[in-house]
Amino acid sequence: MEIVWLCLVTAMITAYAVLDGFDIGAGIIHFCAGRSESDRRKILRSIGPVWDGNEVWLIAAGGTLYLAFPRLYASSFSGLYLPLMIVLWLLILRGISIEFRNHIESPVWKPFWDVCFTLSSALLAVFYGAALGNVIRGAPLDAEGEFFLPLWTNFGVSGEVGILDWYTVPVGVWAFLTLTQHGALWVALKTDGDIQRRCRRIAQAAWIGVALTSALVASLTILVQPRTWQNLTQYPWGWVFPILAVSSLIGILAFCRAGNDEWAFFSSCVYIAVMLMGAVFGIFPYVLPSNTNPNLGLTIYNTATNRYGLSVGLAWWIPGMILVIGYFVFVYKYFAGKVRMDDDGY
Amino acid sequence: MDSALGLHRFHFAFTAAYHYIFPQLTMGLALLIVVLKTIGLRRNEEHYNRAARFWAKIFAISFGMGVVTGIPMEFQFGTNWSRFSKAAGGVVGQTLAMEGVFSFFLESIFLGLFLFAEKRLGPRKHWWSAFLVFLGSWLSGFFIIATNAWMQHPLGYAQNPHGEIVLNNFSALIFNPWVFWQYFHNMAGSVVTASFVVASIGALYLLQGQHQAYGRTFVRLGVLSGLAGSLILLFPTGDGQGRNLARYQPAALAAMEGLFHTTQGAPVAVVGQPDVSKQKLDNPILLPGMLSLLTYQRWEAEVKGLDAFPESERPDNVPLLYYSYHIMVGLGVIFILVTVLSAWKLLRGKLYDCRRWLWVLMLMLPFPFIANTAGWMTAELGRQPWLIYGLMRTSQGYSGQVSSGNTLFTLIGFMGMYALLSILFLFLVYREVAQGPEPPQKF
Repeated sequence: MEIVWLCLVTAMITAYAVLDGFDIGAGIIHFCAGRSESDRRKILRSIGPVWDGNEVWLIAAGGTLYLAFPRLYASSFSGLYLPLMIVLWLLILRGISIEFRNHIESPVWKPFWDVCFTLSSALLAVFYGAALGNVIRGAPLDAEGEFFLPLWTNFGVSGEVGILDWYTVPVGVWAFLTLTQHGALWVALKTDGDIQRRCRRIAQAAWIGVALTSALVASLTILVQPRTWQNLTQYPWGWVFPILAVSSLIGILAFCRAGNDEWAFFSSCVYIAVMLMGAVFGIFPYVLPSNTNPNLGLTIYNTATNRYGLSVGLAWWIPGMILVIGYFVFVYKYFAGKVRMDDDGY
Repeated sequence: MDSALGLHRFHFAFTAAYHYIFPQLTMGLALLIVVLKTIGLRRNEEHYNRAARFWAKIFAISFGMGVVTGIPMEFQFGTNWSRFSKAAGGVVGQTLAMEGVFSFFLESIFLGLFLFAEKRLGPRKHWWSAFLVFLGSWLSGFFIIATNAWMQHPLGYAQNPHGEIVLNNFSALIFNPWVFWQYFHNMAGSVVTASFVVASIGALYLLQGQHQAYGRTFVRLGVLSGLAGSLILLFPTGDGQGRNLARYQPAALAAMEGLFHTTQGAPVAVVGQPDVSKQKLDNPILLPGMLSLLTYQRWEAEVKGLDAFPESERPDNVPLLYYSYHIMVGLGVIFILVTVLSAWKLLRGKLYDCRRWLWVLMLMLPFPFIANTAGWMTAELGRQPWLIYGLMRTSQGYSGQVSSGNTLFTLIGFMGMYALLSILFLFLVYREVAQGPEPPQKF
């Protein structure tokens, strides 16, 4: 049952990363890729009807994590207090940049929000990556399962660590590049003409960075968290994650070069999904390892709620998710194809 | 008070009170937009569709504010109240996760359709998108109230040897008797807020002599729904909520009423300032016997005063609780008076020309927000010193490992951020109101 819920929570976080990932990515490239007002309107319009729904995956995934693994939620959220608060502020800034930008036609108002949108999206990507790095590296948990991390200490990975160190910063850079590529592929898919060509170029440039940082992060991960290698040898089926990651990464470049935006974007979705799932697999059964004393690490077994809660949760989660998938299929089909500027929103 | 505890409490209270400015408007407004869309569809009149579109713009701005200030609320259960989450996350996580899965997806997806695809959807499907946004937002309210109701009156749980509180009866959580009255009381409050906002903008238009037809529609709609909402606030929902309090949280009731001593034939204090050290109410104006009558339906019934409870089980801020409650009730009475008189004038066809009364309606705008906030303060302060009534004290629930310096840092951050948001919000809403329901064709 704990494993079932781990899979469900992972699936929801993955959905969040893939879906909100593309609108964060669109935000990162917004200022550079959108040279003219009409380009920027198109970029915003490509995410306008869906970004809010995408962000709900964060709330829903958070709620599900809270329900299934309350002790993990309590420990990690309070331990990562500062970066989470910064993430919240960035989410606020980003949300209002999207919502408020188009309200006033002014050469002062719009560029201001464009810069806010790009900056907050870029920083969010870096912080999400760093957060993932922190979970993989582990935290200095005490016997109560509590810890508190400052933003940085000596940038080392053992003992009194901070959020940013020589492992988590490269993961943050990797996340930034990955989402840049993901967002560029999305905008290329939704537009045509100059802006589409520009986005394809950005995606291909980002690809080189993604490939390099992926290799770097993968080797650092095995170094910092030996458990990942151990899990791969213990459960050889886990090789499916690195194999899929490499093949989808190749797919991104090949499809993007060929001008097949649908498949390039789809490959990028697969890439992000298997990287995240691979990370969860790598530290299993831990969900937050300890970087000081392995016995103090949080696993799915010592953080899950009782069986009754897990079963009753499953009883409503499944029909609930079927509905949600229904809405998403409906709305993405509805807004499928290139961005249309004729049906003006409010 | 321990300063870390105090800061964590203020952190949550501040962000929650600020957040709730927006949902109380959007939940009520969602209902009123559905009403406008329904009239528009039935009578096939573009006037009502335009009116709905105008409020949809205000709705969209407020909804965006509600979303961005709402995400911090869920996070804070983990960041600032980790010991509470560690102990009780298995219970409150259920309702919070259900809120995400059942209401936020519904709301946000159909809001995208509602705002971006009116022409493509056509009138009937557009009505459905409005209705589903309304349904999503009201469901969301339900799950939040169910969470709060469990903290006010915990049911369906078991405590395991590690002190963890786990769920053992799901339907007791959802059908908690506390949920019913609290939910409808809260939603009626939300309808009142939206109604007064709509009526107030309508009155503004009539007074300024512009957008007259819309002004009349807004005033009529706002007055009628505000009347219904205000009456439901008093009876049956307020009354039901009061009886729940008398039964399950008698110490909170005593503090709200400023009743220091157990009394037979207890009075209702209309005015008065509680003096906690002397255990009495200064400058009281009392309605004798009323509290006994309202609570137990007998003039002579005994109502327990604060002295009936040990000090460790009394709410820790009696004066603030007393004032919150009195502000809520006082404003509730004013809402009923204003809407009854307005409806009377409306029936006689004199409302639209009575400038003095339109001024009153216009100036009512901020008061429902104050009343709703005071209502929530009453609920939350009344539950003290408990975080989960009778089970876990507030002082046991906060994140002990997050130092007060870090909490103050993020509190200041939120205050600055929200100050900025307020300016932007008012500015954008002002522009929409100034532009009116018939904007010039867009670029």
